[in-house]
This record gives sequence, C-alpha cells and structure tokens, in this order.
Amino acid sequence: MHRYALRFTALGYLLVVLLAPLSMVFWRAFDDGAGHLWRSLSDPNTVHAFKVTLLITAIAVPLNTLFGVICALAIVRQRFPGAGIVNALVDLPLALSPVVVGLSLFLLFGRTGWFGPWFDEHGIQILFALPSMVIATIFVSLPFVAREVVPTLREIGDEQEQAAHTLGAGPWATFWRITLPSIRWAVIYGVVLTTARCLGEYGAVAVVSGHIEGQTETATLRVQDAYENFDLPGAYGISLVLAVLSVAVLVAMTLLKPKEAR
Amino acid sequence: MPASEGAAKALSLGFTTAYLSLIVVLPIAALVWASRADGVSSFWTVVTAPEAVAALKLSLGAAAVVAGLNAVLGTITAWVLVRDEFRGKELVNAVIDLPFALPTIVAGLTLLALYGPSSPIGIDIAFTRTAIVAALLFVTLPFVVRTVQPVLLELEPETEEAARSLGAGELRVFRSIVLPNILPGVLSGVALAFARAVGEIGALVLISGNLPFRTEVASVFVFTHIESGDQAGAAAVAVVMLAISFAVLLAIGGVRFLATRHERA
Amino acid sequence: MSISVRNVSKCFGDFQALDDVSVEVASGSLTALLGPSGSGKSTLLRIVAGLEQPDTGDVLLAGQHATTVAPQRRGVGFVFQHYAAFKHMTVRNNVAFGLKIRKRTRTEIAARVDELLDLVQLQGFGDRYPSQLSGGQRQRMALARALAPEPKVLLLDEPFGALDARVRSELRVWLRRLHDETHTTTVFVTHDQEEAMDVADRVVVMNKGHIEQVDAPRVLYDAPANEFVMGFVGQANRFGEGWVRPHDLDVVSEPDESTREGQVLRVVHLGFEVRAELVGDDGEPFSVQLTRDQAEELELEQGQIVYVRPNRTRAFA
Repeated sequence: MHRYALRFTALGYLLVVLLAPLSMVFWRAFDDGAGHLWRSLSDPNTVHAFKVTLLITAIAVPLNTLFGVICALAIVRQRFPGAGIVNALVDLPLALSPVVVGLSLFLLFGRTGWFGPWFDEHGIQILFALPSMVIATIFVSLPFVAREVVPTLREIGDEQEQAAHTLGAGPWATFWRITLPSIRWAVIYGVVLTTARCLGEYGAVAVVSGHIEGQTETATLRVQDAYENFDLPGAYGISLVLAVLSVAVLVAMTLLKPKEAR
Repeated sequence: MPASEGAAKALSLGFTTAYLSLIVVLPIAALVWASRADGVSSFWTVVTAPEAVAALKLSLGAAAVVAGLNAVLGTITAWVLVRDEFRGKELVNAVIDLPFALPTIVAGLTLLALYGPSSPIGIDIAFTRTAIVAALLFVTLPFVVRTVQPVLLELEPETEEAARSLGAGELRVFRSIVLPNILPGVLSGVALAFARAVGEIGALVLISGNLPFRTEVASVFVFTHIESGDQAGAAAVAVVMLAISFAVLLAIGGVRFLATRHERA
Repeated sequence: MSISVRNVSKCFGDFQALDDVSVEVASGSLTALLGPSGSGKSTLLRIVAGLEQPDTGDVLLAGQHATTVAPQRRGVGFVFQHYAAFKHMTVRNNVAFGLKIRKRTRTEIAARVDELLDLVQLQGFGDRYPSQLSGGQRQRMALARALAPEPKVLLLDEPFGALDARVRSELRVWLRRLHDETHTTTVFVTHDQEEAMDVADRVVVMNKGHIEQVDAPRVLYDAPANEFVMGFVGQANRFGEGWVRPHDLDVVSEPDESTREGQVLRVVHLGFEVRAELVGDDGEPFSVQLTRDQAEELELEQGQIVYVRPNRTRAFA
C-alpha cells in the first residue's frame, strides 16, 4: 500500500526532473524542420566547435587515465605521508566550481600571473587559446579514473602481485600482466565518466577561452553563443548532438557497471 | 625490495605529485595568492560588498534547499530502486546517471524550454529563484541516490525482521533500524550535492537571468566579474567558494569516520 | 501457546519449499524441525513467525487464526542464525528494544534488561556494542532480546549454526535448561540430528518440503517410518532388502546362512567406541560399530575378512 506511494513519488520525481527536460531537446531541435537543423549543424563554426571539443577530450582523457591509474597505485599500494592530502586534492575537482577553476588558471597564466609573463615572452599563448582550455578540462575531469580504480585495487589486494614477484616478474611485467587486467573494468568505467565530463565541460573553459568564434569555442560554449544570438534551433541542434552522445555514454555506463562491480 | 621496484614506486609517487601540483595545486595557490594581493582588509571589503554577499547567500540558500530535497527524494528513489520490483526498473536505474552524462549547458537550455517563456505546459519561472532550484535539482539528482543505494543493498533484511518480530511497526523499523544505518550514506550524498549546487554554472547561466541581488549566484558573480575585468572581486568570492569546497570535503571525511566507529570500537 | 500448521504450501518461483505440510506443536513443548538443506524447515518456521506468507494453508496460534496476522502482533520471539544484531545499538538497547516498543516504563525496562543479561550471563556487557562481542555472546544477546517481551512462542532458526563446536554444545545445554525453567513453547530448526536428539522433546523430520515423521527422538531412532528417516537420524547400512544400524551388526568368526562376508578397509578408534569400515562381497561399503573390548577381542585389522550378522533389520515398503 505505501509501497505504491513510494514508487509513485520516486517515478514522478524522476519524470518531472529528468525526463521532461530531456525530451524537450529532441522536440525543439526539429522545430524549424530537419533541413534547418542540418544547415545549422553544418555551419563551419559549429563544426569547428565540435572539433575543438573532441580534440580537448582526446588529450585530456588519456592523460587523466594515465594519472588515475598511477595515482591509484601510489595511494593504495604505497604508504607515504600525505596520502590523505593527495586523496583530498584528487577529490577537490568534484567539489569545486568550474568557474573557480577557470579563474585560477586565468590568474596563473594571465598578464600579471606567475607564469603569464614567461609564456608571453616566449610567444606561447595559453589563455584564450587551446592550451588553457586543455588544462582546465584536465583539472575538472581529473578524479574519475582514480576514484574508480582505488576501491577496486583495495578490494583485490596485492596477493596476486606478490605471487608474481615470487615467480620472478619485475615491476613492469607485474603491472602489465597482473595489475592492469584486474583493474581494467574500473579503468574503462572511469574513462567513460571522464569522457562525459570533458564533453560536457562549460564553466572553466568559458572563463579561459574568451569564446572566440571559430577558434576557441567548444560545442558547449557554442550552445550558449547560439542561444544568446537568438539562434534557438542552432542551440537545440548542438544540444541534440550532445544529448545523443550523453545517451550513448549512459548506455556505456549501464553496461559497464555490473562488470565494474565484480 | 629490488632496485627496479623501488624505482617504480618512486617514479609513480613522483609523477602523481608532479601532476597534481601542476594541474591542481599551482592554480589554486595562484588564486589564493591573488585574492590577498592587496592585503587582507581589501579582501574583506570586496567580499562583504553587498552584491557579493547577496550572491553567496543565494548560492548557499539554494544549495541548502536542494540538498534537503535531495535527502528526502533521493532516499525514497534509492529505496524504490533497491526494495521494489517493477518492469523497467533497470531502465529507471540507468536514467539516474543522466545528469552526470549530459552537459550542464544543455540541461539549462532544456529547462528553459520547459519552464521558460515558450513553455509547452504554460509554466514560466525563468529568471526566478524557483528556476535556480529546479536547475540545481536536475544536476544534483544522482548524488544521494547513488550514495544510498549501496548502503541499502548491504543492509541485512534479518535485522528488520528481528525488529518486526519484536513488535516494531514499519515506520518504527525504518526510524530505528534502517535510518541509522543509511544515514552516513545520505549525509555524504547530501554533502556532495551541496558542493555541486554551490558551484554550478552551466545549468544556471541561461535560466537564472543573472540579475544581481535577485538571481545572481556566486558562480555567475565570479564569471561576470572576470569578464568585466574586476579580478579582485571575482577572486575574493572564488576563494570563499574554494573554502566551502574544502569544508564539504572535510565533512564527508568526517561522516566516513563516524560511520565506521561502531566497527572500530 | 500451541501452534497448529494446516496444509501449508509455499513456492519460491519454481522451487516448492513446502508441500501441503501439517503439524501440531503442543503448548510448552520443545520441538526441533530437523532436515537437510532445502527441506523447508526454515521456511516453515518463518511462516509460523509471520516473516513469510504461505501460498495456501493456515497457521493457528493458541487456536486463533494467525495466517494473516503481521509478525509484529503474533507475540513470537525469533532468533536468527547470524544473530541479526542491531549493530548501532548497545547490548542493553538491543535487549530493551521489544520493551520500548511496548512502551514500558524506564525502570521496568532497566529491571527486565538486567534480569535477562543475568540469565544469559552477559552482565557487565550492557554498554558494549555487538561488534565487540564474540559470536556466542552475540547469540546470547539475541536470545535475551527475543525473550525480553515475554513471547508466548520462541522460534530459533539454526541458532547455533554459525558458532564453533564447543560454544554450540554449551548453548544447547543452556537452551534446554532455559526451557525447563520457563516452559515457553519453543521450536528450533537444525540440520544437525545430534542437536535435535539432544535438546528436543519431539522432532519433526522434514525432507524436500514434506514431513517424514514426527516423534520423540528415541522413537525416531528405534522406529523410523522410512528409509530417509532411518538414514538421516543415525547411521544406517543397506543390507539386502533392509537396513541395519552399525551397532546392530554382530561380528562373528564363523560364517553361517545369516552372515555376510566383509573385508576390513579401515579401523577407526573413536575414544571408547570403534568403527570398522568394511566392504562386502558385493563391493558395497558398510560400517560396523563395536566397543573397544569387542574390537580387541576380535583383533580387528585392515585387510581382515570377517563375518557380520545383523541382529535387527528394518524393511520399508
């Protein structure tokens, strides 16, 4: 009896908060017809924006994956003072506003920042250019692989690795043949989460990029830009593509979760 | 320990520290440094300026409301997903992660479409505080659900049966047996939701209207003040937000510590 | 309070846990539900407690229909195999839980909790948490907790299964003594036939969702109703068309038409008794139980050929 009340509450809540908005993307994108949608999606600046998003993602994800695995190994398998601080720093991007991240980079690489002048002198542009956007995205998507791998490593324990050592395997061989295979699903799941975060990043990149059309716009920045220029179908069009990518990510997450939990 | 293993350990530790320093520590340090560049009193003046205070109050207030709503609705949702059986439950469970997968700007746009001037259901709350809460509910939805689910799964059904056999009604069973055990899960989910809500920008940029003193949240304040060149103002509020983030992380650590005290005793 | 189970059946998906089971438990008795895993004994117990609902059939408690009554209102105390301790409450609060529900006064509760902690010998452990207790102590706490609200029926589901052997036998003795003092109708589930025989007045032998036999332990052993009961309650050897207990086989030196030949595979000395494992001329293994003196007299050793004569065989239709 009250089971139905609970079920109704939960499902109603999800419907109103999640599904109603999502369905709007699909509906509104086709407001002016599929032809218009195609035209706005093939606008050179939009295409460029998607390219920028994909490029940043392609750089940030492998780097954070590498970091995530190595960091997890260091935290779980080594006892070092400051492990708690490392843990907190890794978790920080989850609790910190992306705008604050953007501002920090702005201050670090700006004209009056610590590194700004050096890069200026050497003619390397960080702010309002790709490098700062990449760093910002790396910052905000940093935790995911590490956070997925740490509990898995803890649960597995290091017995298998010890066995490998007694059989003569050096650290690299042990890592490659024993450790890595045992954490692969956690890594993959973490990669999916990291990718989703990179694709969806807005706040930090908005601050450091200067959103220069055709140059330093990501897909998410372009959505805002389109909206503010009253190009609603364009905004919805890009959103539609991003939403479709998100659903793909969701599917990947759902399929991988049980494997990851094992 | 053979030399190669020692080298590997040193390398991994070195790499970790270097990466974190470069990506996280340096920028944060630059922020903190910049905010005190003109001295503590100047920082204080900027941070207590009416617009800044209003923005911070709004962020904290909205985050608190949303955290509270999540505590209840998120727990109910987790309960239904763990204890109830119905067709399509797997699908519903998957959908919970949507806010993690969907870009926040898209979320904001669609909320605007649904609850804004051209709303198909005639609700127009754009540029109001209600809209802020609605947007934040979307982005924070998964947090409590996902922290409570595993704790619920771990509960031994026998402890609830024992309580029933001793005469406890369903509500009493929940209050005395279930709730104390899921509370740490609820609290850490609430803390994460709170932190996320305070820092949210993408979902709010379009729908909140960013009206100072009315619908301008702290993150938007920082954003607009960077764009207008007021780096000091932006940095000051940003440092407060940074402090809130650290406080939340501490709180989560504290909850984890308290949660395991019965086992360590 | 008497318990009456009438024609109860229960399925879990495809699996039939109970098939038209009926049994009467007299008020004040100590009854064991004995059987292998999957026999339905735990399911039956839980149905009596109200923790499961039967698909068909009725449960009556003290003559009143209780089938649809919630477990909260049946007045039964239940003890679980893995204690089901309220981990976040102290031992005192665990034991007091049922009393708090019934809104007794603070002094009443304190007095009763003290009384029970004394009874289960956990005085002084009141302010500890279950995680600080050993398995045996946790189970004693669980017993005290179940007894606190003075239930009319005490139900125990493999209560000693998770404990080590020594603690198990101590608690068995303790349960028997408790029952002798309080005369609360008690039913416990076990797969250990020795435990059932040791503790209970009457044993309900179950197998695959059916009741095979309900009798006092002695009767079950001496007059089993069928093959299953014979083999489950005590050792049994197949002999031709019938069954013989190992101690009902006499070992003789001279063969005759009532004896069978067997070769000794192994002689095991178990304290005061000796078990000899033999293989018959048909290749089938069987065992014989003798006293030490008998074994010595026969000078039993591995490989020896002996002749056995059953002095009591049972056959079942």
